Amino acid sequence: MSDAPIIIDPVLCKGCKKCITACPFDALEMQGKLAVLKPEECRACNACVKVCPFKAISSAPEKTDSNPTGLAAFKDIWVFAEQHDGKVQEVAYELLATGRRLAKERGCDLAAVVLGHNIKDSASHLIAAGADRVYIVDQPELAAYEADVYSDALHQLIAKYKPEVILAGATAIGRAFIAKVAVRAHTGLTADCTALSIDKETYLLHQTRPAFGGNIMATIMTPNHRPQMATVRPKVFKMAAPDAKRTGETLIEALKLMTARTKIIKAEHSTSTLNIAEAEIIIAGGRGLKKAENMEMLSTLAKLIGGVVGVSRACVDAGWTTAARQVGQTGKTVCPKIYIAIGISGAIQHLEGMRASDTIIAINSDPNAPIFGVADLGIVGDLFEIVPLLIDALESKS
Amino acid sequence: MHVIVCVKQVPDTTNVRINPETNTLIREGVESIINPYDEYALEEALKLKDKHGARVTVITMGPPQADIVLREAMARGADDGVLLTDRAFAGADTWATSYAIAQAIKKINPNPDLVFFGKQAIDGDTAQVGPGVSEFLNYTLITYVKALEIKGDTFIVETHMDEGTDVIEGKLPAVMTVVKEASTPRFASLGGWMIAKKADIPKWGANDVNAEPALCGLNGSPTKVVKIFAPPVKTGGMRMDGREEPKVAVEAIIKLLQDKGVA
Ligand SMILES: Cc1cc2nc3c(=O)[nH]c(=O)nc-3n(C[C@H](O)[C@H](O)[C@H](O)COP(=O)(O)OP(=O)(O)OC[C@H]3O[C@@H](n4cnc5c(N)ncnc54)[C@H](O)[C@@H]3O)c2cc1C
Ligand SMILES: Nc1ncnc2c1ncn2[C@@H]1O[C@H](COP(=O)(O)O)[C@@H](O)[C@H]1O
Repeated sequence: MSDAPIIIDPVLCKGCKKCITACPFDALEMQGKLAVLKPEECRACNACVKVCPFKAISSAPEKTDSNPTGLAAFKDIWVFAEQHDGKVQEVAYELLATGRRLAKERGCDLAAVVLGHNIKDSASHLIAAGADRVYIVDQPELAAYEADVYSDALHQLIAKYKPEVILAGATAIGRAFIAKVAVRAHTGLTADCTALSIDKETYLLHQTRPAFGGNIMATIMTPNHRPQMATVRPKVFKMAAPDAKRTGETLIEALKLMTARTKIIKAEHSTSTLNIAEAEIIIAGGRGLKKAENMEMLSTLAKLIGGVVGVSRACVDAGWTTAARQVGQTGKTVCPKIYIAIGISGAIQHLEGMRASDTIIAINSDPNAPIFGVADLGIVGDLFEIVPLLIDALESKS
Repeated sequence: MHVIVCVKQVPDTTNVRINPETNTLIREGVESIINPYDEYALEEALKLKDKHGARVTVITMGPPQADIVLREAMARGADDGVLLTDRAFAGADTWATSYAIAQAIKKINPNPDLVFFGKQAIDGDTAQVGPGVSEFLNYTLITYVKALEIKGDTFIVETHMDEGTDVIEGKLPAVMTVVKEASTPRFASLGGWMIAKKADIPKWGANDVNAEPALCGLNGSPTKVVKIFAPPVKTGGMRMDGREEPKVAVEAIIKLLQDKGVA
């Protein structure tokens, strides 16, 4: 195939099968004595190119891109600072802390963008958190989130100021309209990044994220389109302490925006909604608890040390509790001071959501459980023995 | 009413394991399934068929054997299906996938009333394709739908937001992404399978949907995967055996909690 991303020279190939085992996507197969590419599986990761001892495999030359020109006109790193009812969301501050580091690596400015109504006060906080510049669009049309209007506003700013990088929180809102903006700007968007850095030679943004349910990590770049866009889940990066002495520029933008095609007729937002991502102490249980009634132990423990109850997906699937308590890749990412994992094996998808916790304590009867790999204190033992003892000991103290 | 549902065939990632030595996915015994979230999207469409007599068309983009997910959807009640398959689509990121799917939708019906997506696909987990297609179609976008009602050309939906629920009103047409809370997907009937197995499913390539080759697949993807690696393994901290002396282990926990200013 002329448009295949990988080319295998049938003369040089000696049929050693090294490429077959090296391919993470199962995209090569043996046909007789030759390795042959299954182009529909290939992701052009070049793993096969590197292992071939006979130099029989090469990557196809890059086709000329539809929009490679004018890249140099794009500069600076932007953080989309999501706000609800005038309050900037914590994820924006987390992104500003990372954005500060990236701006240093790139040698450029860091800016924050706020869309909403009656939100001008946010600028000083964003500057203290690391922004050199804050773009504010403060208009009644933006009072409530609406995908079309938000997309229109952000896209107009991109068209006007040409940022090189845009980071946004992978929140319900960020995940929706940011993807529209990326399509409109004809650029790449990498979801749920867990690491970001600037390449020392190309100055491109390296975006690393878990793939295939967290079983592998992939590093992704957007070489020929701008801005380079990425979302990051709340709590994946750490916030920096605000610096009230920092100074920065605030620009109020007045935009002519499209009219919303939908309207919110009711918003049932409750501040009391359980948000385990905000908790300082999480007592988390897994399938090792065996049945729903045993979840009681977790809440007792949580009450004693002032924490909230979290769970692995196994407990949600079993119907023992609601998805709101699930920690992990398809649940919440958490980063509490203390995370106690009780009867949780530590599957990669679970670890993904809690490995950043300051202190991790694990109780598990299987000495080989992967959770011990991330635990600061790992207790190999029967939870039905350890946890009641722990509860007794804590009760006798209080 | 014409409703289009986009369903993806995905590996059952619960069973995907990585070989720590070679850094590669172990694919043996890994089944392909219909993306679980897309089942909720399909169910929303089938409910509209039950209630309003909507025609339900399913689309998937994938390898030739992905037609099985379309047949499964038809066995549950979808009226017809289209398989987008072409080497030119291979290696597509979310931009190029959204583009190809949007082109196919325009060919099926330039003005469908609703286009449903799952909240996200479990292999990519990006949740970007639905919003991307809404942009290409210039349709209203509603994400995380958990309840839907249609009266004439007006819809009222409940959506799942970070802080609770929004109730949103708008006019059709629209693109919606659907969450688990919406419903329990129905099973396929035996009779449904009999029909679906024999159904004629058109296979369309880039040319058939008037897709620009430079915008398809790997070439049309703004993002490029530059490296694949295994997640780092941590070795862990202090380990204690609580089987022999559980009390000592409990003391260690309490000591650590106290050191951290808790308990
Ligand atoms: C795409 C995808 C996304 C996923 N997302 C998530 C996610 O967000 N969050 C998540 O948690 N999972 C997620 N999973 C599921 C994940 O792969 C695991 O299946 C799940 O985390 C396992 O939960 P568990 O540790 O409770 O159960 P198990 O793996 O069954 O572990 C139970 C543990 O309890 C221990 N145990 C049993 N009895 C006792 C006892 N008496 N005393 C002490 N220990 C005992 C066992 O040794 C075992 O280690 C996802 C999977 C996929 C494929
Ligand atoms: N190849 C595909 N074929 C059909 N639908 C798809 C495809 N990829 C993604 N989708 C749809 O887009 C949704 C979001 O996918 P993703 O953006 O990959 O998380 C899925 O739930 C599907 O409804």
